[in-house]
Amino acid sequence: MVEAIAAPPTGEVEPISQRGSLWQDAWHQLRRRVTFWLSALILTVAVAMAVFPGLFTSLGPNEGCNVRRARVRPSDAAIFGFDNQGCEYWSQVVYGARPSILIGLAVTVFSLLIAIVLGLLAGYYGGWVDGLISRLTDIFFGIPFVLGATVVLIAFPERGIWAMTLVLVLLGWTTMTRIMRGQVLAVKDTDYVRAARGLGAGDLRIMRKHILPNAIAPVFIVAMLNVGNVISGEATLDYLGVGLQFPEVSWGLQLNVARSFFFEFPHLLIFPGLFLTATVLSFLMLGDVVRDALDPKLR
Amino acid sequence: MGRYVVVRLLQMIPVFFGTTFLIYAMVFALPGDPILALAGDKPLPPAVLNALHDRYNLDDPLIVQYGKYIGGLLQGDLGETFTGQPVGELLSDRWTVTLQLALTAWVFELVAGVALGVIAALRRGGIIDTLVLGGTTFIIAIPVFVFGYTAQIVLGLHLGLFPTSYEGDWPGSFILPAMVLGSFGIAYVARLARASLIENLRADFVRTAQSKGVARRRIIGVHTLRNSLIPVVTYLGVDFGNLMAGAVVTEGIFNLPGIGQQVFQSIQLQEGTVVVGVVSLLVLVYLLVNLLVDLLYGVLDPRISHG
Repeated sequence: MVEAIAAPPTGEVEPISQRGSLWQDAWHQLRRRVTFWLSALILTVAVAMAVFPGLFTSLGPNEGCNVRRARVRPSDAAIFGFDNQGCEYWSQVVYGARPSILIGLAVTVFSLLIAIVLGLLAGYYGGWVDGLISRLTDIFFGIPFVLGATVVLIAFPERGIWAMTLVLVLLGWTTMTRIMRGQVLAVKDTDYVRAARGLGAGDLRIMRKHILPNAIAPVFIVAMLNVGNVISGEATLDYLGVGLQFPEVSWGLQLNVARSFFFEFPHLLIFPGLFLTATVLSFLMLGDVVRDALDPKLR
Repeated sequence: MGRYVVVRLLQMIPVFFGTTFLIYAMVFALPGDPILALAGDKPLPPAVLNALHDRYNLDDPLIVQYGKYIGGLLQGDLGETFTGQPVGELLSDRWTVTLQLALTAWVFELVAGVALGVIAALRRGGIIDTLVLGGTTFIIAIPVFVFGYTAQIVLGLHLGLFPTSYEGDWPGSFILPAMVLGSFGIAYVARLARASLIENLRADFVRTAQSKGVARRRIIGVHTLRNSLIPVVTYLGVDFGNLMAGAVVTEGIFNLPGIGQQVFQSIQLQEGTVVVGVVSLLVLVYLLVNLLVDLLYGVLDPRISHG
C-alpha cells in the first residue's frame, strides 16, 4: 500500500515518460533526497502495521487486558506500559495505525476524484457550470472544519471508519477542486488544446488526453500533503469524542483517554502522540520533496 | 474600486445563505426530539410539548424555520436556547475570550512567522534556515492537541512558566494557549514568507537594483519584502476564521471559557440556535476578512488593481 503513496512517480513514469519527462525527471531528483527515503521508510512501517498488525504483536485489539494493570508505566516487560483498561499499550498503539492510514488514504482518493471531475467541468465549460460549482465550493469551504464535522458526526448513531471517511470527504474536497479548476483554466487555452480541437477531438477526449495530464501535477502534490492533514483531522475528531468509538482502536481515541491522566501518566500521551506525529510528518515530508522534484523553479 | 467591493459583497450573499442553511439543515436533521431529550425520562404533557414546539418553530418545515431564524438574525436577534436564555447574551462574554485568544494567536503568526521566514530566506542554506525548515515541518505535522498537552506539561507544569489553567487575565492566561493555537500558522507563515522571499530575490528587478548599486538592505526592505508578503497576507486572511473555529480544541485543553467550549456543548444538546448562530458569525468574519485581504493586495503590489 505504501507503493501507491510513496512511488506514484515510479508507477507513472512508464506511460507518461513517452509524452514528457516531467515525472521521470522528478524520480531522478527524488532518488537523491534523504528525506524521501526516510519518510518512505517510516510510511512503510506504518502501512505494515495497518495491514499486518500480526507482524508486530501477538495480541488482538483490546485483547489480554487486565484492569488491575491499568495505566502501569513502561517497564522492561512492557516497554510502552499499559493503557487505562490495562491492555498492553504497545499492541494497542500498533492497532491504532489502521484507521488512521485507511481514512487518510480513502479520504484523499475520494476527494481527489471529486476535485478532478468538478475542477475539469468548472474550468473547461465555464459559464453557469463554473458559477454553480464555484459557489458550491465556496459554501463548503466556508464551513469551519471541527464544528462542521461535529454537527454531521453527532447525527450518526454509530461512527465507524466509513462514516468518518464520508464526513472528511464532505469537508475536504474544496481546496483541491479550486486548484484543479485554476490549472484547467491555465491549460485550456494552450496551443496544443486548440490544435486538438481543430483536429476534431471531442470535449471528453480533450479533457482526458490533453488537459488532465497537464493539469494534474499541482493537484497531486496537494493530495499527497492532504493525507497527513486528514490523519491529523481525524485524530482531532476522535480526541474530541465525536469520531471513532470503542471497540475501534485508534491513536485519536487513545489520546482522548490520555487527556484525563496525562499529568501523572505521560506515557499514555507520548506513544500515540509520537506515532501519530511521525506518520503525519512522513506524509508531509513526502509531499514536500515530491513538490520540489516536480517544480523546476525550485531546483 | 467601489464597484469591485459591491460585486464582491453581492457574491458573498449566496455563500452566506448557503453555508448557514447547510449548517441549519444538518442540525435540524439530527435524530431525536431535542425537547424530549431536555425533559429526560419523565414524559412531558402533550400540551407543554406542543407549546414548546410552537415556541421554537419545531413543527414548521425546515425552510420556514430557517427563514424565521434568518429574519431574526438580520434584526440582530440570535434567538434563544431551549432554556429560554437569549443566545446573544450567552455568547457575548465568551466571544471576548475567543476573540482575545484568536487575535493573540494571529499576532504571533504575523510577527513570529514573518520574522522566522525572512531570517531563514536571507540565510538560505545556513543553520538557521535548516532549523526553521525542520522545526516548521515538525510543528505542522504535530496535531494541535498533542502539542497543547505537551506544552502544558513541559512549560506549565514542569517549568512553571505559564499557568496551567485559566485565570481570567490577559495576557498571562492567553500566551501559552495562543502559542499553541497559532503554532500551525506560525510554521506555515514562516514557510510561505521564506519561499516567497527567495523567489522574489531572484526576480529581474532585484538584479537590476543590484547592478545599479542599491544597498542590499534597501533591496530587501523596499523592493522585495512588501510584494513577498502577498501569500502571507492571503493565508492570514483565511486563517483568522480558522483560528476562531480551531479555538474549540485549544479552549478545551486550557479550559478557556470561550465560544468553542460553548458550541461543543450545544451541539451535543442539539441547541441548533447556538450552533447556527456561532457558525453564521464565523462565516461572516471569514468572508469579510477575505474581502479585506483582496483589497490589501492592491496596497502591497501596485501591479494588482481592482479597477
